[in-house]
Amino acid sequence: MHDMGAKGTTRLRRWLLPVLLLAGLIGAWQIASSTGAIADALSLEDFLVPSPAEIASSLWENRILLAENAWVTLREILLGILCALVAGVGFAILMHRWRVLRDAAYPLIVASQTIPIVVIAPILVVWFGYGIGPKIVIVALICFFPITVNALDGLRSVDPEAVKMMRSLGASRWQRFWRVEAPAALPSLFTGMKIAVVVAPIAAVFAEWAGSSSGLGHLIQSDTANFEVARQFATVVVLSALALALIGLTALAERRVVRWR
Amino acid sequence: MRQDTRMKPELGESQAAETAPRRERAPAEAISLRAVGHSFGDLQTLAGIDLEVAPHGVVGLVGPSGCGKSTLLELVCGLAEPSAGAVAVGGDSAAEGRLARCALMPQRDLLLPWYSAIDNAALALRNQGMPRNQARAAAAALFERFGLAGFEPARPSELSGGMRQRVAFLRTLIAGKPVLALDEPFAALDAITRAEMQEWLAAALRSDPRTVVLVTHDVEEALYLCDRVVVLSARPARVVAELAAPAPRAENRDEAVTDPEFVAAREEALRALHAGSRGS
Repeated sequence: MHDMGAKGTTRLRRWLLPVLLLAGLIGAWQIASSTGAIADALSLEDFLVPSPAEIASSLWENRILLAENAWVTLREILLGILCALVAGVGFAILMHRWRVLRDAAYPLIVASQTIPIVVIAPILVVWFGYGIGPKIVIVALICFFPITVNALDGLRSVDPEAVKMMRSLGASRWQRFWRVEAPAALPSLFTGMKIAVVVAPIAAVFAEWAGSSSGLGHLIQSDTANFEVARQFATVVVLSALALALIGLTALAERRVVRWR
Repeated sequence: MRQDTRMKPELGESQAAETAPRRERAPAEAISLRAVGHSFGDLQTLAGIDLEVAPHGVVGLVGPSGCGKSTLLELVCGLAEPSAGAVAVGGDSAAEGRLARCALMPQRDLLLPWYSAIDNAALALRNQGMPRNQARAAAAALFERFGLAGFEPARPSELSGGMRQRVAFLRTLIAGKPVLALDEPFAALDAITRAEMQEWLAAALRSDPRTVVLVTHDVEEALYLCDRVVVLSARPARVVAELAAPAPRAENRDEAVTDPEFVAAREEALRALHAGSRGS
């Protein structure tokens, strides 16, 4: 009972302190922007520095528009991550299985990270058009690296003694994979997934900037042109909320799947 | 005879069910090492080892740390190949044949944290294609018999060191292989738990005899559990002495290990061990 109480308190602290800090920051912003202090300091028109209250009302007024565009971006993110997950895990398994492939491909995969993928987004738009295709490709390309590298790390971290033990207990290669290697690699795979879901929304926004007719990134871009600053901030809030929800879901899935940790 | 009792991986599930109750009587098979040498690159670990273990014989290997005892077990189990000489189990010197006849209990318990105690113990049955519930039922009978009743659903992390070793040993036993290769099974335990575990293992082998190769650095443990103790030298390992144990797996361990004959054998083994580790 004692223990539970202490745990409850620390959990509350963990939530309460950041929430208080955030509330303080928003409050300070509200005061600074409604008194015109920020706009004056930057010598800007007042309407270019919306207060949190204005952003909140923009969020409410544009809820349908934001929801429609959020759904477009979410679909790009989820499909992109799914492609990266399938390709990344598959490739990690192949590289783990065939040493030659790992030696040949791994340095290239690392080197490919120097390519600014968001910069090739316009090329993909030229190739695949304005639809969802190039967005999925960009998100998948960005997420492929953390997923593949972490999945491979996980597979390589498997205790070779455990594999010997399983061989001695008559396990086929397939059984060794499913009963020892795959579970042992799971925590590491989730580490890669957590990185992927953080970068995926950024990738989706960049992909939309390269050419699109809908999505949160597209909305931000068109609002920039029209000085709709409050709605821009509202869009950023929705995008962050989307990313936070994805991180939360991934963490939840990890707790559900990796129960032995 | 072997075909009757040994589980073959290709057997279907219905046949597995018929074979399961008889699994506990594994056939008796001999081990034979002739002039076995082994090296990792330039590092020679074993040099001309000759070793015969009779069916249902229990042989202990003692030697200085890093002398290649674990490698010897891997050779017996078909997990490695000798660079010289021949290793045969049940007359079969092919790696596949040895792999099929031996079960290795590695130095650390290596229980898989994602499985419960019972699922860890039943791993070999699952590998043979037995459905989960049937494998659990087969393992549960042994949990009952070997003092682990009630711990079936426990995670390995929830078990004490002694219990983990018991589960690891049962996992090896349940495989139903004629030969058990035990690599320092109780090295990680405290002295009292280790003595208890030795008695427990002695009882297990009395009721379910197998051909056993036991690697340990504890001379007393080897002399209590084994029929015969082979003392190895420092690397490259060779046999420096062979001793017969006076009262293998006696029911009363305390009495057995304080018997003057046992004490004399222990001193002789220790002398051989010291001489061998100096690399004379």
